[in-house]
Amino acid sequence: MTIPKTFMGYKRENGRVGVRNHVIILPVDDISNACAEAIGNNIKGTMAIPHSYGRLQFGKDLELFFKTIIGTGKNPNVAAVIVIGIEPKWTKKVVDEVAKTGKPVEGFSIEGSGDITTTMKASKKAREFVQWASEKQREECPLSDLWISVKCGESDTTSGLASNPAVGDLMDKLEPNGVHLCFGETSEITGAELVCAKRAKNEKVKKKFLDTWNSYNNFILENKTNDLSESQPTAGNIKGGLTTIEEKAFGNLQKIGKKIKYIDVLEPAEEPKNGGGLYFMDTSSAAAECVTLQAAAGFTVHLFPTGQGNIIGNPIEPVIKLTANPKTASTMSEHIDLDVSKILKREMNLSQAGDALIDTTVKTANGRITCAEALGHKEFVITKLYRSA
Amino acid sequence: MSNTDIIIHDDKDNVGVVVIDSTKRNHEYSCWIMESNKTVKIQSINNIPLGHKIALKDFKEGDTILKYGHDIGKVVASIKKGDHVHVHNVKTKKW
Repeated sequence: MTIPKTFMGYKRENGRVGVRNHVIILPVDDISNACAEAIGNNIKGTMAIPHSYGRLQFGKDLELFFKTIIGTGKNPNVAAVIVIGIEPKWTKKVVDEVAKTGKPVEGFSIEGSGDITTTMKASKKAREFVQWASEKQREECPLSDLWISVKCGESDTTSGLASNPAVGDLMDKLEPNGVHLCFGETSEITGAELVCAKRAKNEKVKKKFLDTWNSYNNFILENKTNDLSESQPTAGNIKGGLTTIEEKAFGNLQKIGKKIKYIDVLEPAEEPKNGGGLYFMDTSSAAAECVTLQAAAGFTVHLFPTGQGNIIGNPIEPVIKLTANPKTASTMSEHIDLDVSKILKREMNLSQAGDALIDTTVKTANGRITCAEALGHKEFVITKLYRSA
Repeated sequence: MSNTDIIIHDDKDNVGVVVIDSTKRNHEYSCWIMESNKTVKIQSINNIPLGHKIALKDFKEGDTILKYGHDIGKVVASIKKGDHVHVHNVKTKKW
């Protein structure tokens, strides 16, 4: 197959390219969700992104919180942002950082005026933004403007046999085209960490990876109360035939293909700065947490192989799901964008599956709605490092 | 190409993955080794469902299970060739 050289995307003010054109209502904190959702209900074509945190966090946990919220606003799939917070100072902090992209953004704080007045003022601005955004047209952009993140979930042995290697085949084919690629799931590399370390571009990146993995593994060893069975692997993984974390890890690692090396190790939600290529991000292996962090780092299309049938979506980053499990493909077809189960019958090879996935990815980037988008899956989950003050 | 009932990732592996609905006790099945594109036969001694692993040899307690050519855990209860390999007889070495 000839790999397409371009896709149709939305060119943003800062030079990045989006594959969606969302106007989002972004709460700074949990208690501003109601107001944000009221604005989202008032103004059609906008989307509120409620979440559970943003109060009394401190230190590194607060830094990660801001990085996640601000990164969500900055993502090129977002055309314009209304920020709603209880207090003016943190509201302004989010507005000022998102404004650096050049996109329209305006903040409203609730304290001193209440939900109803704030909803009225912010709804007027949201109406302006959504009509402005609706005039934006897709333009032809080079494939290198695509930023693709990956994460698998409710995996089983078919994931390691077929759906994850299909993602790997896509990576091997798209990396030479300058596409940004990102994998994560630090805990789920356990057992395969030395094999993963060998895929680093150089000794410096390898050390950064091993330090990151060791730190996560030590945290698990310190906090675990059993062998983590039913958490890692999950009960669904076990039902699907996965026995140990090591087996899951080797299957997981099939997603980064056979040839390419990762060029840097990112902190959670950290934007990559070294150009096109593969990046590892330190993330939890919980699906919604991981995708939320990758979207906050600026990734615009997500590939999600599943075995037993994970149903995840994300509010701003379209999530493409594929499976090689023939039962999942038939019993949960409304969640599956690409069925590669023919690989198990040897009626399709990995290269053909990779080509089919490239085709689905480019179609999605061009505007095709994913199953998760059609079903309204908008899981936005902030990674919290520890208790609030 | 013959039908494939079981897929083995690597020549070094001592387990295979069932890719049909289920194996039946005391039936012979065809295994495809992905790495070398070879085909081998194995007698299943249990009903093993889709996605679950079959032992390609006899194992005793303390042995290591190899899949993808790598160590994926330790045997905690002896396993006969052709039997079901899963959480009841294999555990992680990590956690």
